[in-house]
Amino acid sequence: MSGIELRATIELVLAGGFCGALGFWVLSERLAYAGESLSHGMLPGLVLAALAGAPLLLGAAGGALAAAGLIALAARDTRVGPDTGTAVAVTGLVGLGSLLALAPDAPQRLGELLFGDPLGVSDGDLAAAAALVLAGGGALAALRRPLAATAFDPAGASSLGFSPALVRLTLLGLMAAAIAIAVQGLGALLVLAALVGPPVAVRRHVRTPGEAMLAGAAVAAAAGAAGVQLSAHAGSAAGASVALVLCAAAGLGAALPARGLG
Amino acid sequence: MNAPAVVTDALSAGYGGRPVLTDVSFAAAPGQTVCVLGPNGGGKTTLFRALIGELEPLAGSVTLSGRPAYVAQTERTRLDFPVSAFDVALMGALVRGRWWLPPRRSDRVAARAALERVGLGAEADTAFGELSGGQRQRALLARALVQDSPVLLLDEPLAGVDPASAQQIDAVFAELRAEGRTLLVSSHDVEGARGFDLVLCLNRRQVAFGPPGAALDRATIEATYGRELIVLDEAGAGRAVTVQHHDHGHSES
Repeated sequence: MSGIELRATIELVLAGGFCGALGFWVLSERLAYAGESLSHGMLPGLVLAALAGAPLLLGAAGGALAAAGLIALAARDTRVGPDTGTAVAVTGLVGLGSLLALAPDAPQRLGELLFGDPLGVSDGDLAAAAALVLAGGGALAALRRPLAATAFDPAGASSLGFSPALVRLTLLGLMAAAIAIAVQGLGALLVLAALVGPPVAVRRHVRTPGEAMLAGAAVAAAAGAAGVQLSAHAGSAAGASVALVLCAAAGLGAALPARGLG
Repeated sequence: MNAPAVVTDALSAGYGGRPVLTDVSFAAAPGQTVCVLGPNGGGKTTLFRALIGELEPLAGSVTLSGRPAYVAQTERTRLDFPVSAFDVALMGALVRGRWWLPPRRSDRVAARAALERVGLGAEADTAFGELSGGQRQRALLARALVQDSPVLLLDEPLAGVDPASAQQIDAVFAELRAEGRTLLVSSHDVEGARGFDLVLCLNRRQVAFGPPGAALDRATIEATYGRELIVLDEAGAGRAVTVQHHDHGHSES
């Protein structure tokens, strides 16, 4: 394995592993569409960061914040409904991001922002992924019990003193942080695969939320490593290869006989 | 009468600023049981959601002697969520804080004891989604027992429950009442409501409140259930059938 491949693998194991653990809660709270909207809607932020020569992480974070605000605003329009409002806002943001990225003086290719470039990760990207695993993993471990109580029975969690809205907001914040960091490896279009693929792969085979998080992280990390190897041997795009392995794992997990709750 | 455990004063509650329940004023003392009657959409669950603080009152006020425990209808819980009956009971300990740490040994002991009390000791490790409807209801009741609240809100706890579970739940209700806890139980069972200390009739507003002997006259039942009510016996209000449109079933009461 070359040095570049090793760095790519470390990046995908760290960031992807966290996404795989977080994904269980994303699916439990039915936030997959919100995740997709957030990851696609941050494209203008990524492009602006690339144009300004700023770190992509900064652009991703700013883009995610701006996208979240616009999506929240559009989703409140009762004339069209939340789904349509979100779809229009996200499509508009992807269009704006593409327009900016296809400008003649754009330094970074649109393809890298959309589909990721794990082979081009910097020391800063690796440090950000390590920080995500430490801080985000710590947050998930600490929040495990309130998250479970809320996902299982929101009204019951209210009577235990937890605000389901606040718990969901915290989860959205963690998801935005995970997307902002994992987008370097997988791009704005494919990062959702790391959030959704692993929990789909493991959900029918686990009996506790803790098992689901650990198994999801393991699947995502293994898919990241396998995707980089697939890319190296087949000469395919690394981000897309990882996303395909993640989706294949999801399909395999869904097809295997259930061990958990089915 | 002791200091009330639950008081609402001209309470209105609803969703998105629109009230679905208005002008509810009642009080219940420690150890009293209240049957909350009303049709589907009449505001029973909305009242409970306001009492647990999930909904802010649009008008009026709620006063409680402590944070109430809430036992939802089992179909409002996630059957596919990977938790066992023991995990569900243990959730009740979250009310005591320290949620970021693993549960204490005393919390685990309390959860085991609560499951034994509702007759689910042998099913502690069974996945919640694999329990029968009555067993699920009892697991949620065990969570409320671990919560150790002075006030319990139970949303149609006997709906669709097998006779053995119903008997077990009734026995626990009697124990809780003897311990001085206040129980609010929503139901469609007009005749069963006569076994409670108090009856609160709702149909998007408060229709009546008081001891069942005084509150449950025929005019009140008709105002509460409207077109969902069929009176079988013209002599008095004793024989009434409430038709539940949501599942095309009906219950005789």
